[in-house]
Amino acid sequence: MSALFQWIEHSWLGVSVNGSLWAFAAFEAGHLLALAVIGGAVLVVDLRTLGWVFRRQSVSEVAREARPWLVGSVIAMFLTGIPLLASLAYSKYYFNEAFRLKMYFLFAALIFTFAVRQRIAMSDDARANSRIAKVVAVVSVLLWSGVGIMGRGIGFY
Amino acid sequence: MATLLSFCQWLGDTSFSIGIRESTWTYPVIESVHVLSLCVFVGLLLLWDLRLVGITLRRVAVSEVWSWLIPWITLGAVLMVISGVLLFVSDPVKFYGNIFFRIKAFGLFLALLNAIIFHLGVERRLPEWDTAAVTPRGARVAGAVSIGLWAVIVVTGRFVAYNWFPPLV
Repeated sequence: MSALFQWIEHSWLGVSVNGSLWAFAAFEAGHLLALAVIGGAVLVVDLRTLGWVFRRQSVSEVAREARPWLVGSVIAMFLTGIPLLASLAYSKYYFNEAFRLKMYFLFAALIFTFAVRQRIAMSDDARANSRIAKVVAVVSVLLWSGVGIMGRGIGFY
Repeated sequence: MATLLSFCQWLGDTSFSIGIRESTWTYPVIESVHVLSLCVFVGLLLLWDLRLVGITLRRVAVSEVWSWLIPWITLGAVLMVISGVLLFVSDPVKFYGNIFFRIKAFGLFLALLNAIIFHLGVERRLPEWDTAAVTPRGARVAGAVSIGLWAVIVVTGRFVAYNWFPPLV
């Protein structure tokens, strides 16, 4: 793993971002914008599942509306996050405990969202409104909050 | 301007300000709250703006989208303002002299102005276009302007941390 992180840092991408005065900040700003979008796209579906918004629409309808924004913002997160990681992959992130935790949260959040939450939200009303679905919604918010908090924590570590 | 600066200097010398600035945990915790409430505030405001533009939740009446989202948007806004004010108080002179902070403050003013114009203008005729297939031009412009302004506010907010330019004061 340490060899991989060293290779990323010395790759063309890592060297370019690290050598530029503006690139890191620009990708960081884009990453933050995508965070806002992902926050809204995740929250609206979880809030609907909990019955706190759009009670006259079905969970699956809200989930369908939010889906392109969820998928789009996850892609934007990767496109902006990878250059950030590459710039200081080994010198900073490899040894950063907050970064490590963020990756665990991210892995869990992605799997949970697309393998569990989306399936339940997109299924029939009985299942999408069940008590299990409400627990899933709370877990979803907690996992994504973990990603966000640890992401912010990288800078403080 | 001199009074604003002397106010910032006075504020920065209060024990409250020094307490936030010098503590190990207070500042990171406040900043994390600021970033997380960004998801709640800007994320859900975006859905509202997109509804005005006519992109999301088109089958839900505009007034209904508003009444469901507004408590959450308000909650996010309250958290943003409280945490934001505390961050400012931690080092007022630094923020006052930061070019990006000034752009951000101006952006916030324009976003508020945009909301007021929408409220006094096209929103007054909302019953006429609440469920219309296409929202009126004024609503679409208000939504698009809001999205653009909030993007500028978020980006310049992040850039406040960089000292590319010498302080203005």
